[in-house]
Amino acid sequence: MSAQTAIDIRNLSLTFQTGDGPVYALADANLTIAKGEFVSFIGPSGCGKTTLLRVIADLEQPTSGSITVNGLAPHEARLKRQYGYVFQAPALYPWRTVEANVMLPLEVFGLPKAERRVRARKHLDMVRLSGFAKKYPWQLSGGMQQRVSIARALSFEPELLLMDEPFGALDEIVRDQLNEQLVKLWNETRKTVVFVTHSIPEAVFLSSRIVVMSPRPGRIIDVIDCDFGAERTLDIRESPEFLKVAHRVREGLRAGHSYDD
Amino acid sequence: MTSVALGSPREASASHRTWDGLRRGRLVPVLTLTAIVLAVWYLACLPMNRDLPQLARVEGFANRYEVAWSLERPVLPAPHQIIGELYASTIGTRLLRETAGGLVLNPRNLLTHAWVTISATLAGFVIGVLLGIALAVAVVHVNALRRSLMPWIVASQSIPILAIAPIIIVALGSIGIVGLLPKAVISAYLSFFPVTIGMVKGLTSPDAMLLDLMRTYNASATQIFAKLRRPAAVPLLFASLKVSISISLVGAIVGELPTGAQAGIGARLLSGSYYGQTVQIWSALVMAALLAALLVALITLAERLTLKAMGTRP
Repeated sequence: MSAQTAIDIRNLSLTFQTGDGPVYALADANLTIAKGEFVSFIGPSGCGKTTLLRVIADLEQPTSGSITVNGLAPHEARLKRQYGYVFQAPALYPWRTVEANVMLPLEVFGLPKAERRVRARKHLDMVRLSGFAKKYPWQLSGGMQQRVSIARALSFEPELLLMDEPFGALDEIVRDQLNEQLVKLWNETRKTVVFVTHSIPEAVFLSSRIVVMSPRPGRIIDVIDCDFGAERTLDIRESPEFLKVAHRVREGLRAGHSYDD
Repeated sequence: MTSVALGSPREASASHRTWDGLRRGRLVPVLTLTAIVLAVWYLACLPMNRDLPQLARVEGFANRYEVAWSLERPVLPAPHQIIGELYASTIGTRLLRETAGGLVLNPRNLLTHAWVTISATLAGFVIGVLLGIALAVAVVHVNALRRSLMPWIVASQSIPILAIAPIIIVALGSIGIVGLLPKAVISAYLSFFPVTIGMVKGLTSPDAMLLDLMRTYNASATQIFAKLRRPAAVPLLFASLKVSISISLVGAIVGELPTGAQAGIGARLLSGSYYGQTVQIWSALVMAALLAALLVALITLAERLTLKAMGTRP
């Protein structure tokens, strides 16, 4: 494992004990993610992609195997606030303004007020919401709310960004816009991003590597390299190269019985 | 012209618009209901009072009603009699009385009694709310307490307050505590409960995602409480406070009954029933209702201001 490794996952398994017997959420997963990569986990629901992300974030504990995050155990990485997490829903606090929501982690970390303000402004700029600092979440559209939650995750400048289907609840037009903005953001910051999705075009468009997963038990079927350059726009989705990668993802999902009943 | 065609339904006459506004507003329904209640009340005065000796020899429907609406000690007084008594015993009576020790509140004025009851209500409310919040915080944060304390909290409310009130008055009286405090204790005994239930619900209302978010920040329990649980509980706290303040008033009135009726709304109710002064009882009841409405209105105002300051969607 080199210094350039962000996440290293070895023989990782996770079994939930439920009333109906054990559920094998993850079985023998192996994956290494280098610093600066944009890696997507794709697969149908129940394939363990969110569970894997939550293990990286130390929100779930693996049953067996090993995992390091920036060279640390996930627990230590969480204590050292090494990652920012973006949830499926914006998860904004309704009684806080947009700015105060972005400052929430900085308050928890005990940063001085002036510094909090500077950082909040900078990251709201980054997601192009500077004019909305004093608004409350309910005054914003769903897409804008999710951008606030991205600014919040970036506000303490973690090296690693974990995103759990952040655009899943948005309509396709907003989703396209945010995909383009996210690529730009990634190019500017070059953070390591782990991105969970169930949309093939989204995964192919955003990622530098795609991890195809399948359910029962949750496992990694295929890892596909994919890079359409920093300057890509949504137009590349009609190019033959793009369709070729999308086809391979779909083949992977089919081989993992993702399309079976 | 399209704009005129579209606008025409809205260009109704001014009177029509006023009528529309009234119909949609609350004023007309409230007034209608009040009128119906008053009509039924006035009509009921005759059948309710028909066994009284003053009505025994009165003939004729109109005459009988006239007498029934102006009896001195009716079973059911007419609304205007209650309003008259309310007026006479508040604005019509001096509030302050000169004694050897200086000016004191006149016990003949109903407002004196209202003040006695209100002060016990507010003292009991403050104690009850603080106790209720403290219990809720403890129950939410300590798992063992959730299992051990909650059944006791619920059981405390299954004891009839009329049974426990004299015990509290006598027990505190025997160690020299009399006056406002025993009544406040009874008030608090009733009013902490809705606060505890509402706050437990409110403090546990943030969903798993919001709690996970705090976990990713490695936030301490104190930070989670201050930044997430406490603000999330505010709307439910106000809902509880409205219930709590009105039963605080009930507690204070109940607390005034076993003391032998010295002062307060409860004392007026008791002395009214000793001497068969039904009009006095009713006016004390109306005063209690007015006080409750005033207290709930104050909480509602505080609620509006707080939620507005918290940026809640109007």
